[in-house]
Amino acid sequence: MNKSSVRVSLSHLDELWFQVSGTRCNLTCQHCFISCSPHNRNFEFLSRDDIQGHLKQSAILGVKGYYFTGGEPFLNPEMTDILIDTLQYGPATVLTNATVMKEEWLSRLRIAQEQSRYSLEFRVSIDGFSADTNDPIRGQGTFERAIRGVTQLVSHGFLPIITATRTWPDSEDQLVLGAFYKILKRHGYKHPRIKLLPTLKIGAEENRNGGYSKHQRVTSEMLKQFDVTQLVCEHARIVTDRGVHVCPILIDSADSLLGNTLQEAVDTPFNITHGACYTCYQYGAICSNISTRNLATGIEA
Amino acid sequence: MSTRLALFGGVYNNYLALEAAIAKAQKIGVDEIYCLGDIGAFGPYPNRAFPLLTDNNILCIQGNYDDSVGNDLADCQCGYTDARDNHFAQISYDYTLANTNDEHKTWLRSLPAEIEIEVEGQRLLLCHGSPRRTNEFLWESTTPLHFIDLLLNQREVDFIAGTHSGIKWDAQTASGRYVNVGVLGRPENDGNTHVWFTTLEISGSSIEHQFHPVDYDYQRLGREMSQEGLPDEFIETIHTGWWTTCLEILPQKERAAGYH
Repeated sequence: MNKSSVRVSLSHLDELWFQVSGTRCNLTCQHCFISCSPHNRNFEFLSRDDIQGHLKQSAILGVKGYYFTGGEPFLNPEMTDILIDTLQYGPATVLTNATVMKEEWLSRLRIAQEQSRYSLEFRVSIDGFSADTNDPIRGQGTFERAIRGVTQLVSHGFLPIITATRTWPDSEDQLVLGAFYKILKRHGYKHPRIKLLPTLKIGAEENRNGGYSKHQRVTSEMLKQFDVTQLVCEHARIVTDRGVHVCPILIDSADSLLGNTLQEAVDTPFNITHGACYTCYQYGAICSNISTRNLATGIEA
Repeated sequence: MSTRLALFGGVYNNYLALEAAIAKAQKIGVDEIYCLGDIGAFGPYPNRAFPLLTDNNILCIQGNYDDSVGNDLADCQCGYTDARDNHFAQISYDYTLANTNDEHKTWLRSLPAEIEIEVEGQRLLLCHGSPRRTNEFLWESTTPLHFIDLLLNQREVDFIAGTHSGIKWDAQTASGRYVNVGVLGRPENDGNTHVWFTTLEISGSSIEHQFHPVDYDYQRLGREMSQEGLPDEFIETIHTGWWTTCLEILPQKERAAGYH
């Protein structure tokens, strides 16, 4: 296949992501697409100073929103300050497993959000509505700890977006979502926000359930009449300690590194030849808070 | 010398609020009234808003709803992605599409996607969602000031007005100003039953904007929605001022300000 035929250029840098805790995480989830763990040092922490520099540059580029991921972002000792800095520039979202947060951090973040014109979003990963369904994927005791984190967030006025990777058959969406709503309401989250994600068959997930077949690729034919704004690489880039990459999913792939500066990465198109690009094509920009397409089929009144 | 404009946001079939807003704008004394699109949606009797707009020479932009209804598309192109949001949006759209006359559909098709005007030396861009996409949601808490600067500079204007998201807000930046003019179609998720429009007072050196609440017979609207078989959730919003649907698109701050 001619790679240039599946080349996607960035239209505008709407979303700027930061791999803020590198690949370090206190958990070792079996479906993690970049295999994060307490010992994975493939990517290192970003410093507050690094991020300040990028925030300044991002304002010139007109970035619309900032996302922080890892690993577990709150393992980075500067995370609270980084989020407070970011709220001076625009809306911030942090993707967390909610198992390591401290009251003091949340108090400071609550005040920072109140003083900012911008929203601070927490996305909390929970992959099942019970310990029986969540813990085999995310680790022993993680369900209880994550629910405790959600309760903490809610008590500070935050409305976390519960992010669940769909590790169940599509036909069970309604059942699973219903159970999620029930358990979250029982823990004091009155109107839960829930976002479903498809699995990405790379990293640890490839070992768990197998990877993409060679046919699961985006072709030039598939891109005809396709709205490329659905793809995250069309409007986002991610900063790691190595440079600026195309998207949060592919940082382990050598070709994802597009430059040392935001401007270089903005100016460089990307060939969407990976299996994960096929998932992004199928489901839209799944990484964003508001996905570009509807994944869930359930209706919760 | 100055010019006064009224800017209406989404009407959403709420012809009673539209009628009240026109009366209020006339009382204030405006030179022109503009509507930034989405004539249909949510409320009852879709045909009733059109004569109010045309008889009062209101200049309209084509919102995503107008494009969909005018062209008999399958959905409203509102930009929701949550299943529940889309479920209710589809009920509203199917009702509006089925009950809009062909002559009004023809009129909707004729509307411009945006209007750029120069008034008293000030350059204004009136759009539905954003200058770059009709159904882009620009919320106060997720739209950085530097992003607004970018939009103003790209279009070389002093002022941008939009609607679409349903909650009014404003921002002054180094390059100019953005104002979301609010909507007439439903209250803005603050526990009040009134709706909002915006006026601009434009002189050679400045643009002053003001938001105006519009009281209207919301109980009658609720009764008529019920008669038309529209969902109880929509009627609850009209009666309480709290959104019950289209909630998942809201960012943290705007969601936390509501009841649901």
